[in-house]
Amino acid sequence: MSLRSPLSEARGLGSAKDGVGHWWMQRLSALALIPLSLWFVFSIARYHVADYPTMLAWIHAPLVAVALVLFFLAAFYHSALGVQVVIEDYIGNEALKIGGIALVKLAHFALAAASIYAVLKIAFGAL
Amino acid sequence: MAENTTAPKSAQIAARPLSPFMLGPYYKFQLTSVLSFAHRISGLALSLGTVLIAIWVLSAANGAWSYAQFATVARSIPGEVLLFAWSWALLYHLCNGIRHLVWDSGFAFEIKHVYLGGYLVVAISLVLTAAVWAVAFAV
Repeated sequence: MSLRSPLSEARGLGSAKDGVGHWWMQRLSALALIPLSLWFVFSIARYHVADYPTMLAWIHAPLVAVALVLFFLAAFYHSALGVQVVIEDYIGNEALKIGGIALVKLAHFALAAASIYAVLKIAFGAL
Repeated sequence: MAENTTAPKSAQIAARPLSPFMLGPYYKFQLTSVLSFAHRISGLALSLGTVLIAIWVLSAANGAWSYAQFATVARSIPGEVLLFAWSWALLYHLCNGIRHLVWDSGFAFEIKHVYLGGYLVVAISLVLTAAVWAVAFAV
């Protein structure tokens, strides 16, 4: 029988690790995505049949470029947080879980950087 | 601790009817759990969709030829179907996400309101999807 108290055994075994940070940022990015994703889905529905010069001119417009960058920041962040929760819920193996989360975070970061770079290149470039 | 001699053998465990067998005739689906599951599935699908969004904007930045390649695939029948499904997944996830934000704020926890919100989310997401495509083609 161990002489350690139940409290000392429980200490340091908390599950959250970072408190409510993840939960709060998921809600905050969700809030940002309400107007941004509504605008984005409508814009894609409208412009997906546009020819190349029309599409470039659309992304080139300052307000559109800024809105696209904001949408990408919020969407990729929200997506990374969401997929992380799914991995934490369904993958029991600790190594697979940590590896999966690392892969998902890095992939989202890379896609976000590439997407935002592409918008800026069009926005700052000549038409 | 005494050994448990009544524990089922692994062969018996394997022969037990498992959940897919239960679904439908023995297990009644609830709107609440189906919508919760749909929130996760649509979220995961939208995460995969971000790869296509990145390819779209990168092809546009890369030049006319790249964009033409992407547009050919995007405007094919499977491309259009995928795009339409994507728009509904996004709008469903958006509407149900707002439902979650309402719960997070401490409202609408009564069973009656949980179901009302569920029906509203399905209806509004369908109406919004139809509206988005109708307006997009009208303007």
